[in-house]
Amino acid sequence: MIEAKNIDFYYGNFQALKNISMKIEPKTVTAFIGPSGCGKSTFLRIFNRMNDLIKDTQMEGECLINGQNIYDKSINIDNLRKDVGMVFQKPNPFPKSIFENVAYGLRVNNMGDKKFIEQRVEESLKDAALWDEVKDKLNKSAYELSGGQQQRLCIARALAVKPSIILMDEPASALDPISTSKIEELIHNLKNQYTIVIVTHNMQQAARVSDNTGFFMLGELIEYSNTKKMFLNPEKETTQNYITGRFG
Amino acid sequence: MHKQKIHRRILDKITEKLLTLSGALTSIIIVFISVFLFTEGIGLFNTPDIEEGYALYVNSENRIDNLSPEETKQIFDAEVTSWKAFGGEDVAINVFRLDAIFNFYSENELGENYELLPEKLGEVISREKGIIAFLPNEYAPQGLQVRKLETATVTLEDYFLGTDWIPTATPAPLFGVLPLVLGTLLVSFGAMIIALPLGLGVAIYLSELAGNRERKLMKPLVELLAGIPSVVYGFFGLVIVAPLVQKAFNLPVGETALTGSIILAIMALPTIISVAEDAMRNTPLGMREASLALGATKWQTIYKVVIPYAKSGISAAIVLGIGRAIGETMAVLMVTGNAAVMPTSFFESVRTIPATIAAELGEAPAGGAHYQALFLLGAILFVFTLIISVSAELISKKRHS
Amino acid sequence: MNKKVSQNIAFFIFKFFGVLVIGILFSIIGFIGYNGIQVISWEFLTEFPKEGMTSGGIFPAIVGTFYLVVGSLIFAFPLGVMSAIYTTEYAGKGWIVRIIRIMTNNLASIPSIVFGLFGMALFVNKLNFGDSILAGSLTLGLLVLPLIIRTSEEALLAVPQSYREGSLALGATKLQTIRRIVLPAAFGNIITGLILSIGRVSGETAPILFTVAAYFLPKLPSGIFDQAMALPYHLYVLATSGTDLEASRPMAYGTALVLILIVLIMNLIASFFRKKL
Repeated sequence: MIEAKNIDFYYGNFQALKNISMKIEPKTVTAFIGPSGCGKSTFLRIFNRMNDLIKDTQMEGECLINGQNIYDKSINIDNLRKDVGMVFQKPNPFPKSIFENVAYGLRVNNMGDKKFIEQRVEESLKDAALWDEVKDKLNKSAYELSGGQQQRLCIARALAVKPSIILMDEPASALDPISTSKIEELIHNLKNQYTIVIVTHNMQQAARVSDNTGFFMLGELIEYSNTKKMFLNPEKETTQNYITGRFG
Repeated sequence: MHKQKIHRRILDKITEKLLTLSGALTSIIIVFISVFLFTEGIGLFNTPDIEEGYALYVNSENRIDNLSPEETKQIFDAEVTSWKAFGGEDVAINVFRLDAIFNFYSENELGENYELLPEKLGEVISREKGIIAFLPNEYAPQGLQVRKLETATVTLEDYFLGTDWIPTATPAPLFGVLPLVLGTLLVSFGAMIIALPLGLGVAIYLSELAGNRERKLMKPLVELLAGIPSVVYGFFGLVIVAPLVQKAFNLPVGETALTGSIILAIMALPTIISVAEDAMRNTPLGMREASLALGATKWQTIYKVVIPYAKSGISAAIVLGIGRAIGETMAVLMVTGNAAVMPTSFFESVRTIPATIAAELGEAPAGGAHYQALFLLGAILFVFTLIISVSAELISKKRHS
Repeated sequence: MNKKVSQNIAFFIFKFFGVLVIGILFSIIGFIGYNGIQVISWEFLTEFPKEGMTSGGIFPAIVGTFYLVVGSLIFAFPLGVMSAIYTTEYAGKGWIVRIIRIMTNNLASIPSIVFGLFGMALFVNKLNFGDSILAGSLTLGLLVLPLIIRTSEEALLAVPQSYREGSLALGATKLQTIRRIVLPAAFGNIITGLILSIGRVSGETAPILFTVAAYFLPKLPSGIFDQAMALPYHLYVLATSGTDLEASRPMAYGTALVLILIVLIMNLIASFFRKKL
C-alpha cells in the first residue's frame, strides 16, 4: 500500500505539490488526471524517488510504502526502484537486443543465474502480451520493433524484476490508437498481480482502466475518489468543469 | 550474496572517488604548469647580469662602480671609447680580456699552474687607469688598486623593455624581449589581416551559400587542413612559399615576416572557419525568414541579421584564431628567418617568442640565466594564451546567457 | 549599385574564397604528394637513414612515433575518459563544471612549445627521467588530454537522458548505468576522439624537442628511458639542419608525405566510427 502524507515538493522556489495526502490500496489501478503542469507526473515520481535525479529540489512530508517511509535515510534507493517499476511516456528501450532489454533489470540486481533469467524473460514478455510477436527474434535489436511494441517491451522490462508497484507516466500518449488499446488491455490483465498508478491526460482512458482517480490542479489534489463516482458525480465544481471540458 | 554487495559497494565508492579526482585533473595541470614556468623563470631577476663565473674589474681610481648590461655591451663592442660617457673621467676605455695577459708576461712568469696569474693581473690593472678587465672568478686579480664592479641582477626593465635579445653575448648577455614580442605581434597581426577576411568569407559561404553536398565535401577538407602538422606547414613554407616571396618582392632571402604571416594565416583558417560557421548556422531559421519576408535579399539578411546574431561566436572565432597564430612554433621557426632584432618591416627576418624558445632551449645550460629567460618567455606566452582563451570563453558566453 | 548586384559580387567573393582555401589545401597536399610519392617505397619505410640522411629510410622515426603515440595515449585516454565521465555524469551544472570546462579549454589553447618547456622542466629535469620516451609520452599525453576530454564529453552528452532514466528506474546504480548503458552507447564517438588524437600526437614537434627527440640513433629504442627519433622532428631536421640540405630534400618530402597520410587516414577512420551512430 502506498500512503502519502502532507507532501510538499519544490523545484527551486516553485512549489509544484501542495500538501498532498492520499492512500492507494494494493492491487488497484489509480489514475492521476489534470491539466498540463498540474504536478501529476511530479507526484508520480515521488513514489520511486526519480525526482532525486533533478538538482535543486526539495521534498517535505512523508511517503510510506508498505509502512516504510521511502525518504528515510536508511532506505536503499536501488532496492526501492526495483520494487517500484516505471514505464515512461516515450518508449525508451536500451540499444540492446530484445532479450537483453528485459534481462537488464535482472542482471543489475544480481537476480538469478542464466536459466532463471531466460525463464523470467519469457514470463515477462508473456505478461506484457509481447511474447508471440518476438519469440523468434529475441536477439534482434529492440529498435526494430514498432512504437507500440517497444512500449510493451518496456513494460516487460519493468515486470521482469517482480516489482509490487508499477508507475506509468502517460504510457500511451506517444502511441497510435491500436497500440493504446493494447496497453489498456494489458493494464487490465496486470492489475491482479500489481498495484498500478497511471498518469494520463486522456480522461476517457482514465475512466476505462482505473479503479480510483485523483484529479490534480496547480499542485493540489482537488478530488480523489472511486473512478465511476468521480466521473458521474464529482464533488467539487472544479472537477466537474475539467471533466466536462470547460478547461484543460 | 551479502559479501558480494559490500564488495560491490566499496568498489563503487573507490571508482567514484577516482572519477572525481580525474575531473580535477585539468585544473591541477594548469596550476602545475603555471607554478613551474614561473619558478623556473623568476630566478632570472635574482641572477647576476653577467656571464656566470665571471666578473668585471676596474682600476680603483675609476669612479664607476657598476654598469648595466647595455653599457657593458657598448664597451666591449667598442661603441663607446671613453669613460666620460658613463660619468667618469675622460680616460680612454681599455678593454682587457684574459688572454691579453700574454702581451705583458710570458708563460713562465705566470707560474707552472698559473698560480701567479691573479697577482700579475692585479699588477696590470693597477697600472692602467682606464682598464676594464673581464676575468674568470678562479683567477680573480689581487691588488689594492683593483676594484670589482658590482654586478647588478637582471632587472625587470632590462627584460621587458630591452631592445636587444643577445643571450650569448659576453661579457653580459642581453635579455630584452621586446624584439621577440614585437616579432610575434607583427607576424600574428599580418596573419590575421589575411586570415580574417578569408576565413569569415569561407564561413559565410559554408553556412549560408553552400548546398548540402558542397558542405559535406568541404567540411572534412577544412578539418584536414586543421590536422596537417605544424612542421609540414613549415616545410611547405620553406620550399614553396619562401622562394615565391623572395622572387616576387626581390628580396635577399625569402624567410621573412611576410612568409610567416602567410603560413600562419593558412594554419589559423580552419579554427576561424569552423567556429564562425558554427555560430552563424545557429541563427534561428525564424529570424532569417522574417528578414526575407520583408523583402531583404539573402545578402542583406546575412549582414543585417545573421552576422549580428552570431556576433559573439564570430568574435570568439577571431580571438581563437589569434591565439592559434601567437602560439605557433615550428612553422614560424622554419620560415621567418632567425633574426631576433626589432622588426622594421614585413620583408625582413624576425623571431617570435615560441620560435625563440624552440631554437635556443637546447643550448641554454640548465638553471643558467639564458634558461631562466626562456622559461619566463614561456610564462609570458602562457599568460597571453590564457587571457585569450578566457576572453573567448567569456565572449561566447555573453550570447548564451 | 542595386541590391542584386552587390549581392552577386559579395557571393562571388565568398565562393571564390571557398575555392581558394580548398585550392590551398590541394596545393599543399599536391606538392608534397607529388614530390614525396617518388621517394616512398618499401625501403623508405623500413630502413634506417644512410649517408648523412640523404638516402635510406625513415624506419626509426616511424617506430619512435609509434612508441610515442602508444605511450601518450596510455596516459591520456583513460584519464581523459574518466574526467569526461565525471563532468557529464556526476558534477551537475553548477560552478564546478564551469571551472573544469574553462580549465580544459585553457589547457587546449596552450601552445605546444609551452608543453615542451613544462615537460622538460618536470619530467626530464626534476623527476630525472632524462630525454626519454617516458618524458616525451607524458608531455604529449598532457597535450592531447583536452582533445580526448572534449570528444568524450560530447560523446557522453549525446547519449539520451531517457536511457539513464530507464536504467535507474530498474534499480541499477549510477555506475552500473554508466558501465552498461552510457559508455557502450557513447563508444563510437569516444573512439573517434582516440583516433583523432593519434593523428595529433604523430605530428607534434615542439613538445618532443627537449623531452625525447634525437637527431639520429643507430639503434631502435629498447626501453622507456631511451631517446627516440620521431617523424615530425625528423622532417624538421631534414629540412633545416643536416649535412646536405639539397640532397636530403627528397627524404624530407617523403617524410612530409608520410605525416600527411597518417593524418588523412586517421581522419577517415574517425569519420567511419562517427557515422556508425
